[in-house]
Amino acid sequence: MTHTVLIGLGILIAVLTVVAALGLLPALRIVPDDTHFDFTRFRRISFPISALLSILAITLFFTHGLNFGIDFKGGTLLEVQAKSGTADIAAMRTTLNGLGLGEVQLQQFGGPAEVLIRVAEQPGGDKAQQDAVTKVRGALGESVDYRRVEVVGPRVSGELLAYGMIGLMFAIMGILIYLWFRFEWQFALGAMIANVHDIVLTIGFMSITQVDFDLTSIAALLTILGYSLNDTVVIYDRIREMLRRYKKMPMPQLLNESINSTLSRSIITHVTVTLALLALLLFGGQAIHSFTAVMMFGVVLVGTYTSIFIAAPILIYLGVHTTRGGDAAQDAPAKKPDTAAAKK
Amino acid sequence: MLYFTRWRALGIILTALVVCLCAVPNFFPEAQVKTWPAWAQRRLVLGLDLQGGSYLLLEVDSNYVKKEKLDQIRDDVRKVLREAKIGYTGLVVRNDAVEVRISKEGDQATALSKLRELSQPLGGLLGSSGQRSLEVEDAGGGLIRLKVPQAAVTERIRQTIEQSIQIVERRVNELGTVEPVIQRQGTDRILVQVPGLQDPTRLKELLGKTAKMEFRMVDSSVSPDQAQQGRLPPDSELLMSASPPPVPYVVKKQVLVSGGELSDAQPGFDQRTGEAIVSFKFNTSGARKFAQATAENVGQPFAIVLDNKVISAPVIREPITGGQGQISGSFTVQSANDLAILMRAGALPAPLTVIEERTVGPGLGQDSIEKGELAAYVGSILVIVFMLITYRLFGVFANIAVAINVAMIFGLLSLLNATLTLPGIAGIVLTVGIAVDSNVLIYERIREELRGGRNAISAIDAGFKRALATILDSNITTFIAAAVLFYIGTGPVRGFAVTLGIGIITTVFTAFTLTRLIVAGWVRWKRPQTVPI
Repeated sequence: MTHTVLIGLGILIAVLTVVAALGLLPALRIVPDDTHFDFTRFRRISFPISALLSILAITLFFTHGLNFGIDFKGGTLLEVQAKSGTADIAAMRTTLNGLGLGEVQLQQFGGPAEVLIRVAEQPGGDKAQQDAVTKVRGALGESVDYRRVEVVGPRVSGELLAYGMIGLMFAIMGILIYLWFRFEWQFALGAMIANVHDIVLTIGFMSITQVDFDLTSIAALLTILGYSLNDTVVIYDRIREMLRRYKKMPMPQLLNESINSTLSRSIITHVTVTLALLALLLFGGQAIHSFTAVMMFGVVLVGTYTSIFIAAPILIYLGVHTTRGGDAAQDAPAKKPDTAAAKK
Repeated sequence: MLYFTRWRALGIILTALVVCLCAVPNFFPEAQVKTWPAWAQRRLVLGLDLQGGSYLLLEVDSNYVKKEKLDQIRDDVRKVLREAKIGYTGLVVRNDAVEVRISKEGDQATALSKLRELSQPLGGLLGSSGQRSLEVEDAGGGLIRLKVPQAAVTERIRQTIEQSIQIVERRVNELGTVEPVIQRQGTDRILVQVPGLQDPTRLKELLGKTAKMEFRMVDSSVSPDQAQQGRLPPDSELLMSASPPPVPYVVKKQVLVSGGELSDAQPGFDQRTGEAIVSFKFNTSGARKFAQATAENVGQPFAIVLDNKVISAPVIREPITGGQGQISGSFTVQSANDLAILMRAGALPAPLTVIEERTVGPGLGQDSIEKGELAAYVGSILVIVFMLITYRLFGVFANIAVAINVAMIFGLLSLLNATLTLPGIAGIVLTVGIAVDSNVLIYERIREELRGGRNAISAIDAGFKRALATILDSNITTFIAAAVLFYIGTGPVRGFAVTLGIGIITTVFTAFTLTRLIVAGWVRWKRPQTVPI
């Protein structure tokens, strides 16, 4: 079934390729050539909204918390498939909760036969976790196939969490240092604010949806970071170029021009990334479902928004403080020879 | 930007071709690839999450190692002082140190110098760190304190891990598994990966035993009951039987022969009773010791002790001179087999604890591969169609470049014998996004330059020049994130970082060389006045 679909799509691509190569398709302009949208004006709306959302996300993080997976919380996770074809979750729950392992969580996972079983970390160190998994295996016996069994002891989970956080921090630092070298500190700072904003909002999203927060979530966060920065850097690159070329242009106008001229690229790239992520989300299976969902939110929604409405306009404020006080718009031209000289 | 010398163009195409060709072995069955020359055998390894199998992380008990080390020093101190005929009191292990009080004040200096001889420089001949294995200090009032510095403990743990890895390797190999991976992880951990193993319960049982085996005499001077009431002779101890119900035995502390002197052990069946047994064989020196001990103790029971539990306590009927024997003691076929494995593999120098376990059944792995592949196909097709619609002829160029890019990712992954995990497949799909972005950046820039009033060739040239700087900047930032992921990540996450990192490298390479080469070739061929972009 899937193969015929794939072959059909392959033929479609071949035909499209020929048509495209011969120049028979109409030119597609997602963003009209002459776009001059005043993005920076929206900073008066976008900044308060972002601040509000960030506060909301942080509040959620502290009240709702994250749904820590066993990577960080320790404990046991089993993914089982009932051999009969349909899992009797109620019966399994009764059996497993009678084992004296505290509360055992069961959840349907994918098809009707698949069940995800979570056993909280047992008191008594690493040995106790092993005993717990032996008990669960014993209770379920041969009635199910064990598709996945994960046991993480208390020490490992602590380390994984620490490493994850340290890694996230190191990644941000490394990227900032690089940006500082390639641009100027204002840009690095702007990127960092945008970065933290992305991560905070994504964590808020994870808190609302209560998706498992585990090692793959850290991977998702880092990828979101990379993508968002990728976007920010593309706009910053353009801003730098414009700064060199138009030394007298007021800062908000210059930023607007930069965002507008990279807008087409931003949108096209995001459509492609969205298409790729959509495929992963729909066909990639349960195992990477939460990973792609988080990525979708972070990359597609937050990342794009941040680069355009936060990372770029924030330079208006950051630029001011380097020289003298006053209106950002007037200050910008005065600052430019300065930056040009610094680059030489 | 659009001019390539003939050699340069050839170099670029050859590089891309060779890297792509590295992916070829993946398309042939493993058995067939095995017959190829060694340099052609590099291929992608499927991670445990895709092919199924067990991952165990074991940790050595460092407190045990430390205690053993201190006990050994205490014994050494006793020996040294006895040989030097120096009187002492209160030889104890206290607060991670060995303390001893020298009775006579005049002996103090001699004792200190004698005990200092126990200390050796760490790290052999090459170790110029100045660290020593033991710090001997005069605590005043005749008290001498021997401390083990942290460096020496770390060194000892390192040695323990090294010995343990060998033992673990032997035990795992006995299970008859295919290509298990056993590696040191950090300072005090061992990583065991066994592809295809569905239920690691037995493996964990095998690895969870220290398997310290000893042949000792049973002390018949007191009964177990008397011993339990406190009348235990000082050179004996009370041990329980291994099989339930626990039965106490009084066993002498002196070891006749240790498990280290076994040369072989095999499971079997007793000819008369049909009971499962383990037959064993000593090496030459073990056989000699065993013969002597049995000759001296005919009629007495001796105990076969495993991890301080008595497996069996038979009575010696006649001297055993052949160095062979058999153990019977309510075994099942499985437990006899396991004991034989443990006896053959030898004892672990310290107990190991399982601190992390991840097992994936073969069904889930296969599902993941199929779903990952499907997602990759669908994602690629969507992106390809979108690029064709957006950029037309240049969309064709972009798709060719991205296709070569993906082939190069597989080539490089194979060359590195990298492990492909499910997040790794996600990484590849995302890389397709990044690779497309590099093309988008170039083409959008060309469009802009055209709008700015440049002619076709000049616009393409300027478009490449300006976009490549941006591509480099944006990719380096993502690469930093990938590098960090690689360092902090384990298992699947690392797989993601590897594919993402490699994807970025090939993306930058493709953008700087191949995409340019394709467009340059088109420009040479067509000499276009307008750009259909």
